[in-house]
Amino acid sequence: MTAVATDPPRDDIRAAQAAWPHLLPFAAVLAAALVLPWIGNDYWALIGTRMAIYWVLVSGLNLVVGFAGHLAIGYVALLALGAYTTSVLVAGNVLPALPVFVALPVAACVGALFGVIVGLPALRLRTFYFAMSTLGFATIVTQIALAWQSVTGGGIGISGPEFPAPFNTAWGFYALCIAIAAFTTWISANVGRSRFGRALIALRDAEVAAEATGISKPRALIAIFLLAGALAAVAGGLFASLQTYITPDAFTFDLSVLFFIAILIGGRGSILGPMLGTIILTILPEFAAPLAAWSTFLYAVLLLLIVLVMPGGIAALMDVRNRRPLASNRAILPRAAALAGIMRGRAGGRALRLRGIALSFGNVRAIDGLDLDVAPGQIHGLIGPNGSGKTTTLNVISGYYAAKGGTMILGDEALAPGEPVRRAASGIARTFQTPRVIGEASVLENVMIGGSIDGTASFVEALLALPRNRNDERRIAAKARALLAVVGLEALAEVRADRLQHSELRFIEIARALMLDPDFLLLDEPAAGLSNDEIARLAELIKAIGARGIGVLLVEHHADLIFEICDYVTVLNLGRTLAAGTPAEIRIHKEVVSAYLGG
Amino acid sequence: MLASILASGLAAGAIYALVGVTYNTMFSTSRVMSFTAGQLAMLGGVFGSLFTLKLGMPLIAGFALTLMLCAIIGVITEYVAVRPVLKSLDQHLYVLSTLAVALMIQQVTAIKWGTEPQPFPKLIGWGSGVWDEKFWLPVVACAVTILALEYLYRRTLVGRAFLAIAEDNFAARALGLPERNLRIISYALAGVIGGVAGFSGGELLLAFFANGALLNFYGFVPVALGGLGNNRGAIIGGLALGLFQQAANFLVGGIFSSVAVFTLFIVVLLMAPQGLFGASTARRV
Repeated sequence: MTAVATDPPRDDIRAAQAAWPHLLPFAAVLAAALVLPWIGNDYWALIGTRMAIYWVLVSGLNLVVGFAGHLAIGYVALLALGAYTTSVLVAGNVLPALPVFVALPVAACVGALFGVIVGLPALRLRTFYFAMSTLGFATIVTQIALAWQSVTGGGIGISGPEFPAPFNTAWGFYALCIAIAAFTTWISANVGRSRFGRALIALRDAEVAAEATGISKPRALIAIFLLAGALAAVAGGLFASLQTYITPDAFTFDLSVLFFIAILIGGRGSILGPMLGTIILTILPEFAAPLAAWSTFLYAVLLLLIVLVMPGGIAALMDVRNRRPLASNRAILPRAAALAGIMRGRAGGRALRLRGIALSFGNVRAIDGLDLDVAPGQIHGLIGPNGSGKTTTLNVISGYYAAKGGTMILGDEALAPGEPVRRAASGIARTFQTPRVIGEASVLENVMIGGSIDGTASFVEALLALPRNRNDERRIAAKARALLAVVGLEALAEVRADRLQHSELRFIEIARALMLDPDFLLLDEPAAGLSNDEIARLAELIKAIGARGIGVLLVEHHADLIFEICDYVTVLNLGRTLAAGTPAEIRIHKEVVSAYLGG
Repeated sequence: MLASILASGLAAGAIYALVGVTYNTMFSTSRVMSFTAGQLAMLGGVFGSLFTLKLGMPLIAGFALTLMLCAIIGVITEYVAVRPVLKSLDQHLYVLSTLAVALMIQQVTAIKWGTEPQPFPKLIGWGSGVWDEKFWLPVVACAVTILALEYLYRRTLVGRAFLAIAEDNFAARALGLPERNLRIISYALAGVIGGVAGFSGGELLLAFFANGALLNFYGFVPVALGGLGNNRGAIIGGLALGLFQQAANFLVGGIFSSVAVFTLFIVVLLMAPQGLFGASTARRV
C-alpha cells in the first residue's frame, strides 16, 4: 500500500475541489429554499412544503428505483402507511396518545418494516414482479384504510398530527420540512457515493459480476428497502400534518406516479436529477391549473417520452463532462511493475484442487470427471475446442454452477458448490467472456466495485458519512486508481465505462478482479477482441500477476498466448482432460494437435 | 355459504384467469408483460356499459364493437409502447412504457367516463341466486375462450405460428415467419380476450375506471403463480385465486381477503420464483 498512499491533506483538498461543481446545484436549491420565506406568501409555503415532503420520500425511493433499478411504482402506499400511523398514534384512538416527535420515528420503523415486506419479491425476481407487488400493496393499503373504520376513520378520515410551536405556522412547518429534506438529501447522497450505492448499481447493471466481487444482493437490497420505507413513512407523517385531515382519497395512485416519474425524469443513479424532477413535477400543475385534472395523463405522456426519447433523464443532459470526445488514438499501456506496490506478495500460499468434477445439462455432460490443480503463482492455461467445458469449469469454480459430483478444495478448506457470492471472500476473483461492466458508472467506480468486501464501515456509518466510511472510500479509491495505472487506464478513470472500447473493458475487468487481492484469478478469454499489441501487453500483465504469487487459470483460444505465458496447460475435450503438461509437451501432443491445434 | 363462495369465487377467478391469459398472449410473442392487460378488461366493462346501456345498442352489436375497440387498443399498445423498446428487452423499459399507456387509458376513462362505478346491463337474464348470470357468465366466457384458444393453437396455421414464436423467436424468424405481423395479431387477440373478460364480468365488477389497476394485480397473480406464458397455469391459478379470495372474504372479512391474497403472492414468489408450473431460469454466465 505504501506506493499508493499520497499525502492525505492534499488528497482531501483535491477531493474537495473536485466535489464543488457537484455540490453547487444542491447549494443553489437550498439557497432558493431559504430565500422563499422572504419573497413568497403562504401559498408558496404550502407548495414549498409539499415539495420538501415529496422529496423526503423520493430521496429514499431514488435509491430503490434509480440506483438499484427496481421499479417500485406503488410507493404511495408507504406514504399512506406513515401518514395513518403517525395520525393514529398522535390521535391516540388505539394506544395512548403520543407526542408527534415520538410518533414520527415509530412510523418510520413501521414504514421500514413494510418497505422490506413489499420488497421481498425483488430479492429473487426483477422488474415486473416487484412493480406488481408494490402496486398490489398500494391497492390493499387503500382498501384497508377504507375498511378499518375504528382506526383509520374509513372514508371519513382522521385528522393529521399537529406539530408543536414553532412548527405550527406555515413557515415554521416549512422550515422543519426543508431541514428534514436537506438531511435526507445528505444521507441518500452519502449512501449513493459509498460502496453500498455502488453495489446497488452493480447489482442493477452487472449482477453476475457483482456476485463475483462478493456483493450480496439480499443484504444490499434489504438495507435500501429499510431506508426507503422509513423515509416514505416520515414523509407520510409530514404529509398528514400538511393536509391537516387525511382520507384514503388523499393517497391516489397519481402520487405514486409523480414520485416514480420524478426519478425517471431525473435520471438513474443521480441524486440531483430526481430532486429537480420532484421540484418540476410539483410545480407544474400549479402553473397550469386548467390541466390539473389531466396531470396524471401528462405525467404518463412524459414517462413515455422519457423512455422512448431520453432514457438518461436530466442527469444525462447535465453530464457535460462525458460529452467531450475521447482521444481516438489512445493505447492501453499497462505498467505491470507497479503491481508490486499494491498486491501483497505471497510465499507458498494455497493450491486449488478439483477432483472428479461432473456437471450435466440435461443429457449433455458438460464436465465429465475433471481433475485440475492450480498451484499458487502458477499460470495455468485451459484450452480446448468450443463446447469442451472450459468456461463451464470456470463457472463451477466461481460458483455459478453447482457441480453434481466431485470436490473443490482451496488450501485445506472445501469450496461449497454454488454460492458465487462467497468466492470473493475465499480469495477467488474472475473476469468474464463478455466484459460485465457498469456502463453508466465511471471507470474508476467500476474498478472500485471490486473492493466491495474490503469495506469495514457498516451501512449506518455510510449513511452518516462517519470517519470509518470515509477511510474506506479513500482507501478503496486509492487502490482502484493504482490498479488502473497498473492496467494502463488511469487517464480514463472519470469516463463513463460505456464510452470505452471493448479491449479497454477487458483491462477494467482485470483491475476490478485484482481489487480483491485474490489468491486465484480466473480469466475467461481475456485476449478475445484484442489487437496483437494489446495481447503482448496483456501477456506481460498476466506474467506479473503470476509473479506476485497469484494462481491464474486462463481460458483462451489464442494458442500463441497460452504457450508463451503458461507454466502448465490442460486441454479439455468433451468435458474431460485430453492432455495436461508443460506448453512444450502439449504443443507436440498428437491428439491435441489433431483435435484442436490443427497442423 | 359454500355455494356463495363457490359461485362468486369461480366467477371472480374466471375473470382473473382471463386477464392472466391476456398477459400471456402478449407475452408469448413479445416477451413483454404489459400493464395494459387489466386496463383492457376494465375497458371491456366500460365500453360494454357505454354501448349497450347508455347508447342502447343491441347486445351483439355492443359486444362486437367492444371487442373491436379493445383489439384496436391492443394494437396501439404494440405500436406505441412495445415495438420501440423491444430492441433493449433486457433493460425492461417495457415496464415503464406499458405503464405509461395503461395510465393514459385509466386517466382518460376517469375523466370521460367518470370516477364512479356505473351499472352494467343484464345480458341474458337466466338464473338467480348463486345461479345468477353474473356468476356463471364469466365462467362460461372463460371456458369458451380457452376452447377457442386451444383450437387456434392446435388446429390453425396462425396459432401454430404463435406457438413457434413463443417457443423460439429467432428460429421462427429464421424460418421466415412474419414475426412482426404475428405480434400485432397477438396484441389484437389479447385486446379481444381482455375485452371478453371485462364484458362478461361487467355485472360483477361494474363499469368502473379503477378496475384496471385492480385487475392488473389480480390478473397478474395467477400468471406469477402459474409461470409466465403458461396459460394452463394462469387458468388454474386464476380460479384458485378467486376461490381463495372469496373464501377469505366470507370467512374473515373483506379487508383481510386482500391481505391474504397479497401474502399468498409474496410467499409463492419467494418459494417458487418461476411459478408453480414455470420452467427454470436461463443460463446467466
